[in-house]
Amino acid sequence: MDLKCLCKKEYKKIDKTDIDHLKNIIEPGRILINEEISEDFSHDELNTVRGYPEVLIEPLSADEISKILKYAYEKDIPVVARGSGTGLVGSCVPLNGGIMLSMLRMNKILELDEENLTLTVEPGVLLMEIAKFVEDHDFFYPPDPGEISATIGGNISTNAGGMRAVKYGVTRDYVMGLEIVLPNGTILNPGGKVVKDSSGYSIIDLVCGSEGTLAIITKAILKLLPLPKKTISLLVPYPDLNTAIGSVPKIIRSKKIPTAIEFMQREVILAAEEYLGKKFPDSSADAYLLLTFDGGSKEEIEKDYDAVAKICISDGAYDVFISDTDERKDMVWSARKALLEALKASTSEIDECDVVVPRNKVAEFINYTDSLQKENDIRIRSFGHAGDGNLHVYVLRDKLDEKTWKDKLALIFKKMYSRAEELGGLVSGEHGIGYAKKEFLSSHYGLEYIELMMGIKAAFDPKNILNPGKVCQF
Amino acid sequence: MNIIVCIKQVPGTSKVKVDPQTGVLIRDGIDSKMNPYDLYALETALKLREQYGGKVMVISMGPPQAVDVIKEAYLMGADDGILLSDKKFAGADVLATSYALSQGILQFKDFDLIITGKQTTDGDTAQVGPEIAEYLKIPHISNVIRIIKATDKYILLDMDLPEYTGTVKVLFPCLITVEKDIFQPRLPSYKKKIATMDRPIKILGIAHMDDKNEKNYGLAGSPTQVERIFPPDEKFDREIWTGSGESLAEKMTEKLKELKFI
Repeated sequence: MDLKCLCKKEYKKIDKTDIDHLKNIIEPGRILINEEISEDFSHDELNTVRGYPEVLIEPLSADEISKILKYAYEKDIPVVARGSGTGLVGSCVPLNGGIMLSMLRMNKILELDEENLTLTVEPGVLLMEIAKFVEDHDFFYPPDPGEISATIGGNISTNAGGMRAVKYGVTRDYVMGLEIVLPNGTILNPGGKVVKDSSGYSIIDLVCGSEGTLAIITKAILKLLPLPKKTISLLVPYPDLNTAIGSVPKIIRSKKIPTAIEFMQREVILAAEEYLGKKFPDSSADAYLLLTFDGGSKEEIEKDYDAVAKICISDGAYDVFISDTDERKDMVWSARKALLEALKASTSEIDECDVVVPRNKVAEFINYTDSLQKENDIRIRSFGHAGDGNLHVYVLRDKLDEKTWKDKLALIFKKMYSRAEELGGLVSGEHGIGYAKKEFLSSHYGLEYIELMMGIKAAFDPKNILNPGKVCQF
Repeated sequence: MNIIVCIKQVPGTSKVKVDPQTGVLIRDGIDSKMNPYDLYALETALKLREQYGGKVMVISMGPPQAVDVIKEAYLMGADDGILLSDKKFAGADVLATSYALSQGILQFKDFDLIITGKQTTDGDTAQVGPEIAEYLKIPHISNVIRIIKATDKYILLDMDLPEYTGTVKVLFPCLITVEKDIFQPRLPSYKKKIATMDRPIKILGIAHMDDKNEKNYGLAGSPTQVERIFPPDEKFDREIWTGSGESLAEKMTEKLKELKFI
């Protein structure tokens, strides 16, 4: 498919007049030019694509952003929004220079509405700040991606999922309203503090997951739930990964829905132990499931997990370990949350595939990645959300030279994505498409689908100034 | 090697409120758990049993619902357990608690080693372990960070001292208190939960003790009394340094050393 001609354009390079104009909108200290910009802003967490903005701005309000966008729109200057830079597909990397909006200073929690069960926040609030704030008030914001230092704006932009998706769904399910700035500077407020919404096309759902290509999010109204009083995790050791993952459809069929079902393999746990300098409570088995249950009381949860524990044991689990206190949960989950960092520390470079497959196909897909590992003589490690079918498969470079690495990686990724497609899966479960996965998206969905996406992009952004070259643009 | 581990039930969260009038902890509706430091003591005992054989027994003192911590110890692998529970034990300070526990321990008859955690998370005195040993007239070593080896006569271990580490050989019977992180505590096992569902827990009162004199227990046996309990002030001390990356890294290393983090 040749889509290369569709979105290419030359953007205006920023000159002194532009800088002077921007400095009229933004006070000194919140605007940095060229060499003043730290290297951090040229890449995201995975660091596979790089590009510097010409100007870095830290806006404080929708009004400022509106003025900046209006100017950029008029002058044909590209604009990229950036949160904490914890993305894994290059979404926040400016490919064409231009202006970068760092949203970190728009970090206020604006309102907790206990009557409507909503929390209104600015986009730069960190996920961990939201979690702490709402829990202190006995509320619960369920989306829980492992990266707690990500911003809520970034989470909405990628429709982040996380570990509690099995029971509670993903970020999109918790966004009730937004304030957005369109590329021409118009400020809109789709949605609101309403539970139902059949009022025309859902702009919220379009913006959610659009990775900064349609509009800049300047405010979000999030849905909250009452905080479950108690959570208990189960760590279940299995002789091998196949047996472990084989239990998952049975657990789901039991209707005792855990909030999370994660799987981990021994080698990854050992890497996490080394990385954290802390022992995992058990590392004798080859594979583990990590399940979490929540509920109103210990007794209620015990009743649920009892049924699941029996399923696991009859399936061949060695035992079921109970993690029921803060210390124990911390022991288990600190390792789970450090797995990616630990893998990164164990090799020279990694690349990842974040496919999502139907839940009953997880074992088949993981077996396939295992066979790719042997076939290509390369380390492939995986862990992830067995309960929602979202897999994080990491290919590790180790000592491979640049060419061998690139060649092997291209081949393995091609095979993995086409296998996922055969199984009824999709390209990305929660990390997004950004720059890194757009080829896979287009080969998955085909020209007509991508053209529809481009049409949506053009409706929001006719001059294509917002985060160009991402998602559906080539 | 027969080992006794002292364990205690404590509030499940550190966010326990204090009644401003009475100064008593408000425990209603708060979950309980095993004192986190005791998990290390129990794990040390279980590791020693794996290596040298013998039995691991646990003892606790508390209200009747404290049987839950004994059950939890069974789920981690303890063989036997005693709960000292008697209204006349209530209101015990550190000394009376230690005395009651020492009397309870005598009911196990045959033991080589007693292990306690460093301290509890609700009392934080770190005195009960050594006081039990004093009552039992056996040697005791605090702040144990490593077990080197054990024979049928003695145990060789490392104790953490302010300036250095001491390697000590202690003859049995003796008592040790272990530091956090001596071993990573195992998680309670569901299989053991099923297996130990009907395992008995002995509940003993003053009537079962060698010393039946009520004046030596509970409030009556406590030379000290708690006047007031209050949460400590929260501190947000911080230091801000400026400088080059290199000099800051050096400074930070020095600070971490000073604070004994590295």
